[in-house]
Amino acid sequence: MGMKALDHESLNENVKKVQYAVRGELYLRASELQKEGKKIIFTNVGNPHALGQRPLTFPRQVVALCQAPFLLDDPNVGLLFPADAIASAKRYLSMTPGGLGAYSDSRGLPGIRKEVAEFIERRDGYSSDPELIFLTDGASKGVMQILNCIIRGQGDGVLVPVPQYPLYSATISLCGGSLVPYYLDESANWGLDVNNLRESVAQARFNGITVRAMVIINPGNPTGQCLSEANLREILNFCHQENLVLLGDEVYQQNIYQDERPFISARKVLMDMGQPISKEVQLVSFHTVSKGYWGECGQRGGYFEMTNIPPQTVDEIYKISSISLSPNVPAQIFMGLMVNPPKPGDISYEQYVRESKGILESLRRRARIMTDGFNSCKNVVCNFTEGAMYSFPQIRLPPKAIEAAKDAGKVPDIFYCLKLLEATGISTVPGSGFGQKEGVFHLRTTILPAEEDMPEIMSSFKKFNDEFMEQYEGVKM
Amino acid sequence: MAPPVTVNSINPKVIECEYAVRGEIVILAQKLQEEIKAKPAAHPFEEILYCNIGNPQSLGQQPITFFREVLALCDHPSLLDRSETHVLFSKDSIQRAWKILDQIPGRATGAYSHSQGVKGLRDAIAAGIEARDGFPADPNDIFLTDGASPAVHMMMQLLIRSENDGILCPIPQYPLYSASIALHGGTLVPYYLDEATGWGLEVSELKKQLEAAKSKGIDVRALVVINPGNPTGQVLAEENQMEIVKFCKEEGLVLLADEVYQENVYVPEKKFHSFKKVSRSMGYGEKDIHLVSFQSVSKGYYGECGKRGGYMEITGFGADVREHIYKLASVNLCSNISGQILASLVMSPPKVGDESFESYSAERDGILSSLARRAKTLEDAFNKLEGVTCNKAEGAMYLFPRINLPAKAIKAAGEARTAPDGFYCRRLLTETGIVFVPGSGFGQVPGTWHFRCTILPQEEKIPAVVTRLTDFHERFMDEFRD
Repeated sequence: MGMKALDHESLNENVKKVQYAVRGELYLRASELQKEGKKIIFTNVGNPHALGQRPLTFPRQVVALCQAPFLLDDPNVGLLFPADAIASAKRYLSMTPGGLGAYSDSRGLPGIRKEVAEFIERRDGYSSDPELIFLTDGASKGVMQILNCIIRGQGDGVLVPVPQYPLYSATISLCGGSLVPYYLDESANWGLDVNNLRESVAQARFNGITVRAMVIINPGNPTGQCLSEANLREILNFCHQENLVLLGDEVYQQNIYQDERPFISARKVLMDMGQPISKEVQLVSFHTVSKGYWGECGQRGGYFEMTNIPPQTVDEIYKISSISLSPNVPAQIFMGLMVNPPKPGDISYEQYVRESKGILESLRRRARIMTDGFNSCKNVVCNFTEGAMYSFPQIRLPPKAIEAAKDAGKVPDIFYCLKLLEATGISTVPGSGFGQKEGVFHLRTTILPAEEDMPEIMSSFKKFNDEFMEQYEGVKM
Repeated sequence: MAPPVTVNSINPKVIECEYAVRGEIVILAQKLQEEIKAKPAAHPFEEILYCNIGNPQSLGQQPITFFREVLALCDHPSLLDRSETHVLFSKDSIQRAWKILDQIPGRATGAYSHSQGVKGLRDAIAAGIEARDGFPADPNDIFLTDGASPAVHMMMQLLIRSENDGILCPIPQYPLYSASIALHGGTLVPYYLDEATGWGLEVSELKKQLEAAKSKGIDVRALVVINPGNPTGQVLAEENQMEIVKFCKEEGLVLLADEVYQENVYVPEKKFHSFKKVSRSMGYGEKDIHLVSFQSVSKGYYGECGKRGGYMEITGFGADVREHIYKLASVNLCSNISGQILASLVMSPPKVGDESFESYSAERDGILSSLARRAKTLEDAFNKLEGVTCNKAEGAMYLFPRINLPAKAIKAAGEARTAPDGFYCRRLLTETGIVFVPGSGFGQVPGTWHFRCTILPQEEKIPAVVTRLTDFHERFMDEFRD
């Protein structure tokens, strides 16, 4: 008997190639240190509730009632739950074929998909078809499903921004496709230049790759930039000319921290551009309950909306969804509540607005605190976090530091981030996990630590960084 | 200019894979249901009876109260700070919610957890596995997933490198396996369960199929066993399991043990034994056999399909392989927390002496005994039909009767361009509103026809189901009898 089936040598190569730094080396080291008793500040993943952000009250009330419907019959339920939460729970339960414990339609409950379509219509001013909206266990599952549809083999390429959220690189790897990078311009606030896109596509085609899709992350992760309407038009025209499906990752659409560039959905711009392009460009848009001001990561709730995808293809995608039976029902209800929140006049409206505003305004302040904090550090340059949840400062490592990293057998930004972790307990993700220009180093941190902890975290970082720079530059500041 | 994402240009593996449980017949059923809603007299029946899918709570089965109490408290922990909560919730559900929340950092059920699932919940599951089997379980071997299905996909992803990699699957099988293998570009190597011996699994058949595959250049990497079986319902005898374990060890195969129906056993002469317990009781340890065991919150007596909770327990793998499994799990960050909590409750339910134990066990036993009765009633009903034989459902949630279709019917099916079992099921649906899944969706010995029917309609509805089915079948046979 030779090698066993699950020996390392005989694993699927695509699995071996996958990298996902967000929970990679740094995170594992941080977890080890935490076990040893060190205080760790986890800023490696966009996980707001883990850093003290409280869940919004109303949705938790509604889902708790849906979870335990016997409460609805109890005369004392009004002592614990407001009337609108009770009504909402009854309404959502009536949409299900058997409460939270029954598989729903594989695309998600029709009633909730209708609410999502209505939300999209209010947001964009164009009607949306619930039949083309599929709820998923988190947006990531939707991304994986669509990419798996598009990628036939190594010859198929997907344009992905660099830096990117490594779900894309990991999934393309797993599907056996090719990642075609297009570089965002750090000096232009992580702007997207269509000429870069053209170059990337030309290069890929020269290498025999059929470029089939383009990913945009708007607002960006890790970079935070919000795309302008002009930029979106350019991108849509580009996709039209080059025959690309546009994958619009819009999970951070509620996280906007400046007023010059509010969020505009790719779909709205596409529709605004009119025919023929509005009927020809194929677009899949993704959203989630994990980000925004809800931050309900642990629920695993998301959706994708398809535009201009032929009916037969939609059927195939439906077929794949049906193998997983259905997305989890509690998260579907969270999604319904997110797109259809309390309205003026509702009992819970004021509390809902107060809680939401509180979170968003604080995130806006923290985005500023962090950006300024990084910019005050030696050899650190940081673009402003226009949106999303991250800060992605550039760390200008001195040559001696890069050498020391090599000697330690580590990629330079991993070397830096490990030292940062050991010295301060701040757990970040090295820029190499997201992709960056050769020889340019970054790290990603979230803006999620509690506001009152921010000043200390930033001064702790500054102390470490400035000492590190001193050490490796050999010159006193 | 052709748009990029058409059926001619999407991943061909997507086109190839099939999943009949929610296939053609079901889509038609949904259409008919809409028509009845719009116009109640549209069809010769009042309602559609979905017997196609193991979805108990959609057919009226009630959730276990204690589980839902705990989940509601974990969903809205601020309830625990209110004195009124003690009026509405049992004392031990409050205690258990506190215990669980204390195991979650910051009591934040809305945060992503560890990618294998919350450690404290895995500890509870490991303890539950140990209590069940009498052999220790390591929480680090446990990966909590959004239902058992994603865990199955993960293993197929790991194992299948190309179409030269084969996975042994039972025929008939639950079509997640065929679909997953197709999606990952592998080859399904069928082994036939023996209908004549109550769907028996013979190691000689396994050997035969393994050799045949090898001679075709297929590298067979794993063996899927579904116990209790779906759609076939058989519960393996322990000696049988020992032979299977020995076979996997000798051939170096990964044993993929789908045990999601472990709580659904309806006959006194059979008992569920996990493959982990069987392996360990044979003296086989980590070095002897790669074993992946799947469990879910969707079945059993809890039937919480919509929650998407489950896990796989992996044993016998090297650290380097485990790292890759962890890495795969981490790309999706984690499974939904509520489902994780439910999995821990299922594996460590109320015990004797707990306040909720009596009501919990009454609910549990009520559901299980009802399932056993319904399994028997429907089995007997099928066996009374002309040309139909039906093996007993020893476990799981289905019956898989065999129908000997007359030549006339087979001809008519050919003319309608449908498989004969699909033809029968379609007629059944349009004349009675009852939804079965044709046997071809699960695989069957060529030239034989079956259909799968769940035992899940509420007990009060079963007589009506039997009557409608019996009347339909008589008419059908009158029409097509040779």
